[in-house]
Amino acid sequence: MRSLISSLVILAALAFATAAHAGRPITIKGSDTMVILGQRWAEKYMNEMSGQVVMVTGGGSGTGIAALINGTTDICQASRPMKPDEKLKLRDRYQTMGQEIAVARDGLAVYFNESNPMQKLSIEQLKAIYMGQVTNWKQVGGKDATIVLYGRENSSGTYVFFKDNVLGGRDFSPRVQTLPGTAAVVNAVSKDPNGIGYGGAAYAKGVKDCAIQKDAKSTAILPTAATVKDGSYPLWRHLYFYLRKKPEGDTKKFVDWVLSPAGQQLATQVGYFPL
Amino acid sequence: MSVFRPGIDPAAHRRLQRIREGVIEWLLRGCAFAAVAGLVLIILFVFREALPILVNAETQKEASLAGFFATPLWQPVGDVPKYGLVPLLLGTFKVVLVAMLFATPLAVLAAVFSSEFASPRLREALKPVIEILAGIPSVVMGFFALIVLASWLQSVTGGTMRLNALNAGIALGLGVIPTIFTVAEDALRAVPKSYREASLALGASRWQTAWNVSLPAASAGVGAGVLLGLARAVGETMIVLMASGNAAITSVTVFDSVRTLSASIAAELAEVVMGSPHYSVLFFLGALLFTITFIINVAAGIFVDRLRRRLAGA
Repeated sequence: MRSLISSLVILAALAFATAAHAGRPITIKGSDTMVILGQRWAEKYMNEMSGQVVMVTGGGSGTGIAALINGTTDICQASRPMKPDEKLKLRDRYQTMGQEIAVARDGLAVYFNESNPMQKLSIEQLKAIYMGQVTNWKQVGGKDATIVLYGRENSSGTYVFFKDNVLGGRDFSPRVQTLPGTAAVVNAVSKDPNGIGYGGAAYAKGVKDCAIQKDAKSTAILPTAATVKDGSYPLWRHLYFYLRKKPEGDTKKFVDWVLSPAGQQLATQVGYFPL
Repeated sequence: MSVFRPGIDPAAHRRLQRIREGVIEWLLRGCAFAAVAGLVLIILFVFREALPILVNAETQKEASLAGFFATPLWQPVGDVPKYGLVPLLLGTFKVVLVAMLFATPLAVLAAVFSSEFASPRLREALKPVIEILAGIPSVVMGFFALIVLASWLQSVTGGTMRLNALNAGIALGLGVIPTIFTVAEDALRAVPKSYREASLALGASRWQTAWNVSLPAASAGVGAGVLLGLARAVGETMIVLMASGNAAITSVTVFDSVRTLSASIAAELAEVVMGSPHYSVLFFLGALLFTITFIINVAAGIFVDRLRRRLAGA
């Protein structure tokens, strides 16, 4: 009996010591686009700062923002800015407007199948294709074949970005096949010689990037580190961290590290672009 | 367990035992009611969340019963959201039709073979193997259809869209086969041996016996199996979400991509604003799915009942 009690005491002391050493884990939730990025940041950070635990999960930008409002995550990763009604909810609960921190840039790439001779499209052509007004590659200077459209689900931040910045807020054609996740879109386009898809530039493996013209007269530009960084590639966006209030303590240390050259360098390695 | 203790008179002992059994009975009854109560609460919840479509004027401005059929478009996210149910209902119908046309003959004939023709050893091997199909997670089945089946089908049919109703339907059929097979096989095995012996004694061949005697005798059970398979096909989510392409197209060909009721809920529910019209519409789809599968299940129950009565009364 005595040995049982003493071992319990030791166990409790150990648990207390670990807890005191580790601090509270930082939880991160949100955008599926940013999951890989967040995980790399967390791994590296945990290696460098032994003892701090950072937990990263996906679910989508909207899911992350909802979790932030419900208080179930410390940091929300989002690939789109918060909507006014979301900000309103945050204010009602916590009397803050929330803290928006841009942490990286993402180039939104348009993918072709590798066998497709197409090289470039203007935003206007892209809009016509995704609204279903142009249905054959021939109409935009390609071969005579029906265009097969791939896109993301309407719950994704990427869907909203494409709708706002390419379609000017108009509706997608009902023929767009919506797939769960950018990886699925890339996979579908890589298997479909007549396919076209869109998603983060970090994912473009096994498919060809389309060079984008801002309008019919401007030069076509491929998404590269340089063109996204200087803003000459037209389809880019900020990726955000959202917090309920100004970061402090362990969270501040982590956010500062993400914004430091070491953190930004890691973003480049994953396929995103520094600020 | 009752232990006789000396010093306690038998009457008191019996009373104690009665109390104990009463308590146990009440506990068991409580467990049964808890399970039913949970189910009823879930159903109530789904219907309550869908209710604004019928009663809330604010919601009805965006989404109403009439509006569901006023537009052929399903575009719930946008400045003017469009909630047309026609492409979703049509899509669900197409996928389920393909799945049932594919699965029913295969599963029923497999059941006939297993119960009427296979040697006992072969049957013992065959039955578990087919039933293992039911144990394959539907996400694995969906992934298989997305990567392998879709490419093969496209190379055979030459369709423009790789992911379509045919692809999703066949994958869904694979998921439904074990359900139909298991119930149909059990029904066929339950046909009394005397039926077959009488048929064979009259000079019928084994095939004639299977086709004209066993199958008709078990027809209600086979029908119940098909209906249970149908209910599963209507509600199945993961396979169609991955394999169908999820484009809400209003057309009749199975070579177009389709979006089903269940896949729409799965894809969209995670990020809708709670209480918004879109949220209510998704719950309405859920209530609709529930009603459809409920009706099918009740019909299957009636079939099974009829089979039991026929075999017992004959």
